[in-house]
Amino acid sequence: MRGSARRGAVVAASVGLALVLAACGGDDDGGDNGSGGEGGGAGEGPTGSVSINSTQPENPLIPTTTNEVGGGNIVDAMWTGLVSYDSETGEPGLAMAESIEPNEDFTQFTITIKDGWTFHDGSPVTAQSFVDAWNFGAAGANAQLNQYFFGPDGANIAGYDAVAGQTDDTGAFVPGSATAETMSGLEVVDETTFTVTLGSPNSLFETIIGYSAFYPMPESFFTDQAAFIEHPIGNGPFEFVEEVPNTSINLRAWEDYPGDPKPQVENIEYRIYADLDAAYADVVANQLDILDKIPPAGLAGDVWKTDLEGRSASEPLTTRFTSLTFPLTNTEAWADPNLRKAISRAIDREAVIAAAYGPGNYVPATSWVPPGNDGYVEGTCGEWCEFDAAAAQELYAQSPGVQGTLLISSNADGGHREWVDAACTSIRDTLGIDCQGDFNPDFGSFRARVNANEITNPFRTGWVADYPSIQNFLAPLYTTNGSANDGGYSNPQFDELIQQAAGLEGQEALDLYNQAEELLAEDMAIIPLWYDNGQRGWSENVNEPQFTWKGYVDPLSISVKN
Amino acid sequence: MHSPVAPDQIVPSAAHVPGRPPGRAGGQRGRRRGGGHRAAVPRSLAGDAWRDLRRSPVFLVSAAIILVLVAMAAVPGLFTSADPRACDLANSRLPPSGSAWFGYDLQGCDMYARTVHGARASILVGVLTTLGIALVGSVVGMFAGYHGGRVDALLSRLTDMFFAVPMLLGAIIVLATFPSTVGTPAWQTIGKVVMALGVLGWTTVARLMRSTVIQVKQADYVQAARGLGAGTSRILLRHILPNAVAPVVVYSTIILGVFVVLEATLSFLGIGLQAPVISWGIAISEARAYLRQSPHMLLFPGAFLSVTVLAFIMLGDAVRDAFDPRLR
Amino acid sequence: MGRYVARRLLQMIPVVIGTTLIIYTLVWSLPGDPFAGRCGARPCPPAYVAAMTDKYNLDDFWLVAYFKYLGNLLTGDFGETFQGLSVGEELLRAYPTTAKLALVAIAFEILIGIGAGILAGLRRGSYIDNLVLVSTLVVVSIPVFVIGSVLQLFLGMRWGIFPATVGGDASLYNLILPGFVLASLSLAYVARLTRTSLAENRRADYVRTAVAKGLPQRRVIGVHTMRNSLIPVVTFIGADFGALLGGAIVTEGIFNVPGVGNLIFRSITARDGVMVTGAVTVLVLVFLLVNLLVDLIYGWLDPRISHG
Repeated sequence: MRGSARRGAVVAASVGLALVLAACGGDDDGGDNGSGGEGGGAGEGPTGSVSINSTQPENPLIPTTTNEVGGGNIVDAMWTGLVSYDSETGEPGLAMAESIEPNEDFTQFTITIKDGWTFHDGSPVTAQSFVDAWNFGAAGANAQLNQYFFGPDGANIAGYDAVAGQTDDTGAFVPGSATAETMSGLEVVDETTFTVTLGSPNSLFETIIGYSAFYPMPESFFTDQAAFIEHPIGNGPFEFVEEVPNTSINLRAWEDYPGDPKPQVENIEYRIYADLDAAYADVVANQLDILDKIPPAGLAGDVWKTDLEGRSASEPLTTRFTSLTFPLTNTEAWADPNLRKAISRAIDREAVIAAAYGPGNYVPATSWVPPGNDGYVEGTCGEWCEFDAAAAQELYAQSPGVQGTLLISSNADGGHREWVDAACTSIRDTLGIDCQGDFNPDFGSFRARVNANEITNPFRTGWVADYPSIQNFLAPLYTTNGSANDGGYSNPQFDELIQQAAGLEGQEALDLYNQAEELLAEDMAIIPLWYDNGQRGWSENVNEPQFTWKGYVDPLSISVKN
Repeated sequence: MHSPVAPDQIVPSAAHVPGRPPGRAGGQRGRRRGGGHRAAVPRSLAGDAWRDLRRSPVFLVSAAIILVLVAMAAVPGLFTSADPRACDLANSRLPPSGSAWFGYDLQGCDMYARTVHGARASILVGVLTTLGIALVGSVVGMFAGYHGGRVDALLSRLTDMFFAVPMLLGAIIVLATFPSTVGTPAWQTIGKVVMALGVLGWTTVARLMRSTVIQVKQADYVQAARGLGAGTSRILLRHILPNAVAPVVVYSTIILGVFVVLEATLSFLGIGLQAPVISWGIAISEARAYLRQSPHMLLFPGAFLSVTVLAFIMLGDAVRDAFDPRLR
Repeated sequence: MGRYVARRLLQMIPVVIGTTLIIYTLVWSLPGDPFAGRCGARPCPPAYVAAMTDKYNLDDFWLVAYFKYLGNLLTGDFGETFQGLSVGEELLRAYPTTAKLALVAIAFEILIGIGAGILAGLRRGSYIDNLVLVSTLVVVSIPVFVIGSVLQLFLGMRWGIFPATVGGDASLYNLILPGFVLASLSLAYVARLTRTSLAENRRADYVRTAVAKGLPQRRVIGVHTMRNSLIPVVTFIGADFGALLGGAIVTEGIFNVPGVGNLIFRSITARDGVMVTGAVTVLVLVFLLVNLLVDLIYGWLDPRISHG
């Protein structure tokens, strides 16, 4: 989920990434220096209260079962993991970990944690706190949403299968089918040291464990879950105060936070909005302090720039990628690559973005990995992602064409109706075929159709990276049977390259990922559309906050104006 | 939204429905009935009302507007030759100009063509829902009122069940349960919205009908008909219905406008009519996000919708005044 | 009187059960899997889906699930939302907020609606009369989300006269704007009802008598006419209170009021059947009780009606 930039920034420096940090910090104004400078002298505690827009968490505030934005932001503010990500680069750096030592082939890691850390309730954070939390998250009986991250799709800790349990032929979970309670790959060495053995080599292990599923849990959680849910306890810079469901969740700076930097603001109210437009109205009227996303009503005609003059910003998000996916397993209609390429070339991405989000507010995609990620190469998609009416018509003429109306499926909420309609307008005008958006009213009902493999026409796929790595943009999405491979794309060569890359590090691995991208360009089973930009605004009461690599506000960067 | 017309507004007139309108100035009547009217035809309330209506400017204006709108809904080609589905992203949100009187919408479609073509769905929803609730409500209300006793108790409780759920809320639940997709034929999409609004909308009509029927059934002429041995269905159809129908007609014309507005509200909530159907409601809900940048997107479909609603409510007002003798 | 109330209360039982059955059935048949959207672009872990399905009886035949639900309801247990929150507590939080909003709306109906209605009714056919008729109609003919958005834009965002949204602080002042928007629809009816009723009563025999007796105009209108004219208005407003409680979906959404309408709409989207049914059940109950109260008040105000 959301990493914490501030944690990342400082830790990054400690592991020798100071150069990157300095380079980024130089471009920024006050915010980055804020922790030491503007926030007052080092002796002063955090001051003031701020409000941040949020959605109602869908689940209890337990890191292993929180995977959406509303709960994720709060969990990230309340916990500090072994690793955190730099806000600018997304680069992982050590946070609660003193060191993480891999063996030669990246199958075993020895993790030492910093001494003297405690949870908000005063109980110590030990190696056992991590091991217990991970075992809890992986166990089938606990039905945690982030279970995947311990299995083959994430860290792939040895012994995961025995803990996770079995599924029957229909894919339904068989209760009681787990044969072990703890993963054999986790071993506590002493108070502050444990080892992790993986089921397969994974050079990205250190990156993956920054994800919130890998946060430690206090002992009290395992003895009384109900009490914990009532009042969650973490080890991070902010502690839980109270929750008023559907209204607000309040956090307070934790006095004894051992990490660095320290919080600069004393109270944070995560205010729940059902409708982003209402949140936007509030931030314009200075009644909400921080808004991490501007709705289309603000983006169109760039009115947000005047509404929030001097208190707004826009920057590319390295973590989000929007595409159109062709279903390949439940229909033969899209089997011809020329048809897929024709449709891709018929979409005028600039014009669609201009209509739906305002000109220039998003960036047309030329590859399957957003810029800002290590390994991003511009234009891996080549001409197939470039709008060209004549070329599109030519390709379409060589293909069997579309039977009847071309449908594009999506959920209608979240501002998706506008761009799907616009993409259809573009295709209709270019290819002269009828095109219609096919909408479910909400994300849930749309995903239900996608998961059930019911959709037989191209549909929207939006990916938000779990952790900042090119691997996360390719492996879960396009490998055969990948956990998020919605269209059923399958290319053995692609699978082979991804698997090889997992065992390598640095440029060697990146080269293989880029080669894999070229295969995607040949097949065009997934059409890249655009990379998201993050637009945000804040009130006159606060200094410019920093935003994490995922595009959400970094709570440690928030400070109120004096 | 709860059915927004208070029954009290209409019911008071019911007491006077059975008999001849009392308290009318004879001189006025004489004047109005001049001009070769055949005196042999018995004067009915409806006849009197119709004569009044023909002289009411409010009625004439609203009827004229409604006629134009109905023509627009039936034959949009009379008003525009442009294709409402011909769009060009390059024109997205362009303001009104010589080439497009109403400007362009988000997709770069001609707003004038879309507004003209939008009349059909919006008016169909209004008219069909109104017809539906008038029919169902009248039948339920008539049976409850005429039979009384257990039938009445049962039907009244049934009415209560539907009456107690706010209309908008009920419509949302129904439409969420039976959603329309792009593959749904247009008539079904419209039909679902009609069903969703109608399923809770009929209760007020049923209550109105029931109370008037209870009053009418005591009237002398009904007792007389019964004394002469007329059957139940004959009494209901020939004697009670014609005299009990006035309040329902009045209520219907007023509520029709409300349904047109509700259709827009459902679109705003994302569960009303769905593209490729074109409607004012869809246009207005899409335009709401661009209220500040492109007010023309809201203004034109909004104005058409408001005028339609106004026309129907004014028509209803005029009809009520005509039927309610006490207000003369 | 006591027997009348008892009978009305008894009649409510089948109505409430019937309504919950209808709502439960509809929400139960909502298409889509409530947990499908929970894991972003991935399907959720099978273990999670299995646990949730079991917890919320989603695998049962709907009628069985309904009776389980009803059984819990009778013991006062409204169940748990998919977020693991107590439905009862949610309702206790949402209803007071919405009730407050509805009261503000009703204050507007009384102040503006009755005020305008009296002005119009006293001068039928005058400029004022026509102004009231036309302006209230125009308000009815505009969808409430347009009125809400426009008022929020100008009064909230541009000029900052009122807070743009309400949020957790449902103070009276914060509720003025949404309260007015919520009232806008009924305003027209209250005004027209007052006007009609006033006009009718002014011709009533007792008023003519009062005038003939030589009572001053002010007293005739103020005491005799007004009291009787307002009976239907008061009953309408009373019944409207019940309706406003559940009818604030759009207004609560625009102004971010954490009330019942907002709660129900969100729960429908989340396919949270237990939450929706619970909220609607209370809504229906309140509506029926308010209506009973209104009928009793009506009988008390208008001696011609007796509930003996």
